[in-house]
Amino acid sequence: MKAKKIIIAGNPNVGKSVIFNAITGSYATVSNYPGTTVEVFRGKTKINGEEFEVIDTPGMYSFVPVTEEERVSRNIIFAEKPVLVIHVLDTKNIERMLPFTLQLIEAGLPVVLVLNIMDEADRLGFKLSTKILEEQLGVAVISSIGTMGKGIAGIKDKIAAYASLEPSKLKVSYEPAIEKFLLTSGLGRLRSLLVLQDDTEIIESVKKEQKAKYKELEKEIDKLKKKYSQPLSYIIALTRQHTATKIVEEAKEKKGRVLENFSETLSRLTMNAFSGYVILFLVLYFGLYKFVGEFGAGYLVGLMESKVFGEWIIPPLANFIKHALPQKWLQDIFINDYGIVTLGMRYAFAIILPIVGTFFFVFAIIEDTGYLPRLAMLIDRIFKKMGLSGRAVIPMVLGLGCGTMATMVTRTLSTKRERLIATLLLALAIPCSAQLGVIMAILTTLPVLMMIWLVIINLVFITAGILSTKLIPGEPPVFFMEVPPLRLPKISNLFVKTYTRMEWYLKEVMPVFLAVSLIMWTADYSGLLKLAIKLTAYPLSALGLPVSTATVFIMGFFRRDYGAAGLYDMSRNGLLNHNQILVGIVVMTLFLPCIAQLIMMIKERKLGTAMAMTGVVTIVAFGTGYILNLALNIFRIVL
Amino acid sequence: MIMHKSEEILEGLYINIVENKKKAVSLLELKLTEESAEVKELVKKELVTLKTGNLKLTKEGEPEARDVVRRHRLAERLLTDVFDMKGLCVHESACEFEHILHRGIDEQICRLLGHPRTCPHGSKIPEGKCCKEKGIKDTRVISPLSLLKPGEKGKISYIQADDQAKLQTIMAMGVLPGMELSLLSNFPSYLFKLGNSQFAVDETIARQVFVRITK
Repeated sequence: MKAKKIIIAGNPNVGKSVIFNAITGSYATVSNYPGTTVEVFRGKTKINGEEFEVIDTPGMYSFVPVTEEERVSRNIIFAEKPVLVIHVLDTKNIERMLPFTLQLIEAGLPVVLVLNIMDEADRLGFKLSTKILEEQLGVAVISSIGTMGKGIAGIKDKIAAYASLEPSKLKVSYEPAIEKFLLTSGLGRLRSLLVLQDDTEIIESVKKEQKAKYKELEKEIDKLKKKYSQPLSYIIALTRQHTATKIVEEAKEKKGRVLENFSETLSRLTMNAFSGYVILFLVLYFGLYKFVGEFGAGYLVGLMESKVFGEWIIPPLANFIKHALPQKWLQDIFINDYGIVTLGMRYAFAIILPIVGTFFFVFAIIEDTGYLPRLAMLIDRIFKKMGLSGRAVIPMVLGLGCGTMATMVTRTLSTKRERLIATLLLALAIPCSAQLGVIMAILTTLPVLMMIWLVIINLVFITAGILSTKLIPGEPPVFFMEVPPLRLPKISNLFVKTYTRMEWYLKEVMPVFLAVSLIMWTADYSGLLKLAIKLTAYPLSALGLPVSTATVFIMGFFRRDYGAAGLYDMSRNGLLNHNQILVGIVVMTLFLPCIAQLIMMIKERKLGTAMAMTGVVTIVAFGTGYILNLALNIFRIVL
Repeated sequence: MIMHKSEEILEGLYINIVENKKKAVSLLELKLTEESAEVKELVKKELVTLKTGNLKLTKEGEPEARDVVRRHRLAERLLTDVFDMKGLCVHESACEFEHILHRGIDEQICRLLGHPRTCPHGSKIPEGKCCKEKGIKDTRVISPLSLLKPGEKGKISYIQADDQAKLQTIMAMGVLPGMELSLLSNFPSYLFKLGNSQFAVDETIARQVFVRITK
């Protein structure tokens, strides 16, 4: 027998994933900003001997989807035939979120309502009677504090008792004219309502099913629309809100008060046009430069490279291999220039892992405090010039962690155009943490180069953004975002999240790194490498780079961070002058994303678009390098 | 009460003479003759003088004309801000509307709109008595979110709906008429509090949310 399905749904940033994790014992990423979950997560749980499949969905505000991930959620709810939908909401905002419960009930779904984040409601002194709520709504209501595991047992009880839960008899009554349409349309209450709200997806499906009938309905709908001076969706939403407000008023025992505390003051400071930038600078300086740059890329990498690999792993291993495998070509698989251990493992574990790890930790803090939506608010005006809304700050910042994840997060943007621009900028001018870390490791000792590099990358970012705004047709984006309260991160979540992402990262890169080692080794012995080096030597000399960088760029083709790590090696060994380091790093930063990001681009934006972007990125990367080298030569600048 | 057409002549004279500093306006420009009923009426009421085919405002005529202009521009504001009319339509409708806004009512409207200083086309709206009352801010009734001052509170009175999709997004978030909100800051983006949540929106959206100020 197939496991019964339980869906967790609700507004963004109410703690759906926390509850999902608590029920299933798995880990879906949890943060403090709307839109953390962009894909559907599935987990299993066994309650009283019965197995259930629990589905965690991206947050949605209403049944009429605006963004991609809302569409995904809605379709899951419709398609999966769950035995129970757990609607999670943020208790202190129940009045605003209850209309979604009403929509679930309207859809005829079996609902359990979870009043989550009860602690914050308590702090405001806001009190509700769950009993009255249950009576009014006709569904089971449970209060919970997901992050502390409170109320989880109650939710599990309800899941176990799914068969005995009665469907709610609550009905929102709309304006008489609308009610009449709902009764006579023959589409059923839910679909009729969605059609009236101009839900294109539903309208299309109705058209397909019964073309002739829809023509008739269309006339009715037009008549109805003309009856009101406002759009029907507005009127429907209002009625639903009034119903919700009435229910909350009934159930409210104590009104909350307004709190003006330290967290509120700090929150305002992060969004102030002046202090906000000061705080942003501090976050970047201490989070990125000090912690990731100096501690991660400097200290930890040094330790891993010279101590762990340089003294403990490689010498004894090399010794052992030299004795065990007398043939040099066999030794070369493991050690020397392109050896799995000396190249693949060393790059992955010694150079990139410490950097990525520290990065993910800083990000976890940034995510969990709720800083990202504040940054979005701060930077919206600037991003608008590049055809992006402040909301795009989230994928962009995540892109500094991992471009592949970030490309997926572009789903939270509301227009196709914005998603397109964001994907392009991520591929072009946002270096991922691995790359960024290695680059910082090279540049920390060369501050002038770092400044020039920063200026160039920012210029490319801004120019590409402005140009794509001009070239890509479509409406300018609008910005709206819920700003969650600043919250103190939970230490355990910081570590679990960092660990999960590092694990994910290793799983993602290890096969690539090992494969690249093997490919390079094969190419080296088959003579292909010489040919490839010859072929790349000419374009590289146009960039003023020595032939020896060819292998680095060939490796960079597989993963940019790999190429960057190669540059790191070369610059440490004094094989490049400063001009060459700068040009090399600029090209490597702008160059093609890793294979994984390319695959994600194809998945999210379709093959043609992804290929076109790849072309643009390659041209811009090498073009910028060429111009930079030319400029350095013409003005005889020796850095 | 004077005829509507006469009011329009006064309006034209005020704009030309007081605002654009012309000496006089000829009847020819206004496509009128000395025999036109409205000209006769204005001369008879001593609001204008007529000399060799040129019209001028009298001392009594000037404040009268000023009020007509004021009413016209307030009407334009009302039509654009509250009724969301656009373009040419506004001017024409305002021409009709101004005649209805007689003294007393024009002050009400002025308060309602928060004592606007310019019309939608950027011309100055002559001040009325009500504009000099103390506590100018307190008498404003409706204002778009984008024009609220940080700290001001209000109940959402309506959401201007010129784009379904945009409307859908803000409504879905629970920003609906009847909800109370307070503006926390207006730069670099608009930040407001609604219930126990805070929302950040840009100017495009802030301009669409109209708030009945409750202080």
